[in-house]
Amino acid sequence: MAKKMHDTPMLDQLESGPWPSFVTGLKRLAKDNDMMVDLMGQLETSYRTRKGYWKGGTVGVVGYGGGVIPRFTELHDENKKPLFPAASEFHTLRIMPPAGMHYDTATLRKFCDIWEKYGSGLIAFHGQSGDIMFQGCTTDNVQPAFDELNEMGFDLGGAGPAVRTGMSCVGAARCEQSCANEQKIHRTLVNAFLDDMHRPALPYKMKFKVSGCANDCMNSIHRADFSVIGTWRDEMKIDQNEVKTFIADKGRKYVVDNVISRCPTNALSLNDDDTLDVDNKGCVRCMHCLNVMNKALSPGDDKGVSILIGGKRTLKIGDLMGTVIVPFMKMESDEDYEKIEALAGEVIDFFAENALEHERTGEMIERIGLVNFLEGIGLDVEPNMIASPRSNSYVRMDGWDEEAQKWFERKAQA
Amino acid sequence: MSAPRMPIESGVPDPFPFMHPLLKKNFGEWSYHDRPRPGVLRHVAKSGDQVWTVRAGTQRQMDLYTIRNLCDIADELAEGHVRFTMRSNIEFMLSEESKVQPLIDKLQAEGFPVGGTGPSVAMISHTQGWLHCDIPGTDASGVVKALMDELHDEFIKEDMPNRVHITTSCCQINCGGQGDIAINIQHTKPPKINHDLVANACERPTVVARCPVAAIRPAMVNGKPTLEVDEKKCICCGACFPPCPPMQINDPEHSKLAIWVGGKHSNARSKPMFHKLVAAGIPNNPPRWPEAAEVVKNILAVYKEDAKDWERMGDWVERIGWPQFFEKTGLPFTKYHIDNWRGGRANLNASAHIRF
Repeated sequence: MAKKMHDTPMLDQLESGPWPSFVTGLKRLAKDNDMMVDLMGQLETSYRTRKGYWKGGTVGVVGYGGGVIPRFTELHDENKKPLFPAASEFHTLRIMPPAGMHYDTATLRKFCDIWEKYGSGLIAFHGQSGDIMFQGCTTDNVQPAFDELNEMGFDLGGAGPAVRTGMSCVGAARCEQSCANEQKIHRTLVNAFLDDMHRPALPYKMKFKVSGCANDCMNSIHRADFSVIGTWRDEMKIDQNEVKTFIADKGRKYVVDNVISRCPTNALSLNDDDTLDVDNKGCVRCMHCLNVMNKALSPGDDKGVSILIGGKRTLKIGDLMGTVIVPFMKMESDEDYEKIEALAGEVIDFFAENALEHERTGEMIERIGLVNFLEGIGLDVEPNMIASPRSNSYVRMDGWDEEAQKWFERKAQA
Repeated sequence: MSAPRMPIESGVPDPFPFMHPLLKKNFGEWSYHDRPRPGVLRHVAKSGDQVWTVRAGTQRQMDLYTIRNLCDIADELAEGHVRFTMRSNIEFMLSEESKVQPLIDKLQAEGFPVGGTGPSVAMISHTQGWLHCDIPGTDASGVVKALMDELHDEFIKEDMPNRVHITTSCCQINCGGQGDIAINIQHTKPPKINHDLVANACERPTVVARCPVAAIRPAMVNGKPTLEVDEKKCICCGACFPPCPPMQINDPEHSKLAIWVGGKHSNARSKPMFHKLVAAGIPNNPPRWPEAAEVVKNILAVYKEDAKDWERMGDWVERIGWPQFFEKTGLPFTKYHIDNWRGGRANLNASAHIRF
């Protein structure tokens, strides 16, 4: 039996209703768990006063400089004693899930046993960072909890100014739109830079996210410094019989209104015999028609990835999306994987040397200009990197002839 | 004393040992999928293999009894392999169609809503809030629980024009991310500074550098070095609060909620979009945030009624135009909707394209 429950009239109101209630879960844990009794006391206080009461600190595991999110209560009585002592330390361990977030139940049960032994019993699948969040641990228990999780084959994720936990979509494991081996790219990139993850020394966070197609289920263009998106460069595949079946089922108007006229580059044309023409040169691989007619239309065979750099959330200069730095890259052979790893290394090195403190890659590029960044990491300019060329003349262009010559030389080599 | 145990720096685990056997077998060899009913996906492989996925909502912050219950369900009625979506839904993979209905029945009986597929309102992606964050203006799990109770029907059905991704964020850093609808804290007053604590708690040059509008400068108050804020310049964003906790930005009364619409990650049809401000000044009102829920439900109802098939929230607004959006939703249009941040001119109407 745990200590007596605090009154939680506000949290209690979150037990009713059809959605699963985390409060009911907290109460189940609190039956024999003092930490959860006091956690609920602190949380109820927040609900009542509309204020947060956690502060950070320094807690970690031997050998690593990050990956644990320390939380100490700020709610104290007049003698500086914590009002909710059993939850006065409530740290989180960020643990990286298997790429694509696949589990067997034996693994999940083992997580529960470890967290019952060392932690609060509260686990979040998953945080916005892409980690399993083992929430609620005393300072003393962080190391033994990590040791057992680590022995299971799991490792701490990123926190602070470091390479962060990556994410990849379910992709090739269960999706016909997949144009890449997402989990392999994800693991190649993150696992190559574990030193920069576990010993934070970058200007700020550096995130990798991998989506197998332009539907970008991992939100990588918005959220990742280094966004990898699967695509193809040959013709999309059309099963004209399936096109006819689809039209017979849905009707021509539906297909015209929802497929043909929704193509952002007018690359689709419906023929009189209910077959479909695609202008593959005009197609931007947006995925819309493949989403609607996923049995009739498929990505081509010459698959690879696009890479975009610089996505981030609001702090400090406002939200930025990633922008293209590599329009297409094959991702098949070992050399291809070595190439993307080397490129990521160039990006991280340049970022480490040139970004200001607390500046993300997107902000750095905004400050120095994309061209300086490309030159820094050794990539050539190309028109897929822009939405349009510059519209003002305030630029010094006395290198024009050499630059034009480079373009023609690159074209000749291609 | 023995040497401390050093970590095994194993990195991201290989997913294959955890993967459902049919997913492993048909890796990279899928042909198409359909949705037999809301909450269920059927994927067909080129080999002819089929796998049914049943998707259920969770509370994300799960107690171990909930997790063990889900494991029991997965072992008894599914095939022992699950995965989670990035919006905290759990997915059970099945090799036989006959197992679908018994699994759905069990999940529903245990209180896990089955849905979140296709044109539904998906589970809200959210942050940590008062439960665990050190800088939150509001809660996360509670807001999401309250809203998903209200939107439960839209989760278990596929009645929307296209999928709707809602996000919440407890501060203006916006960890919840871009959404078709985003419900985010918006502070409305400058930080309240405890000048006695600044010198010891804050690295002052770092804090000065963190301000997006250069409104913070070093100062002396009562003989102590501290920081002061030019309140005329301050945009009340709270960026100074994480590196300097004595600059308290959270305010029970003046930290409000703002609602943004039209964010979209997918490249389908239109390029990815950021969400745009539509409503603000909404009280931060636990435990159920009814005022925010009303605004969200209103926007969803108008979108559901007015948007065409496959139009995401942002696609829809681009087609009908912002004047009609404000007309149809009845939300007030104010000077705060007009972007004056750097690059904001790109959001003005530099044309004679006017909607009447």
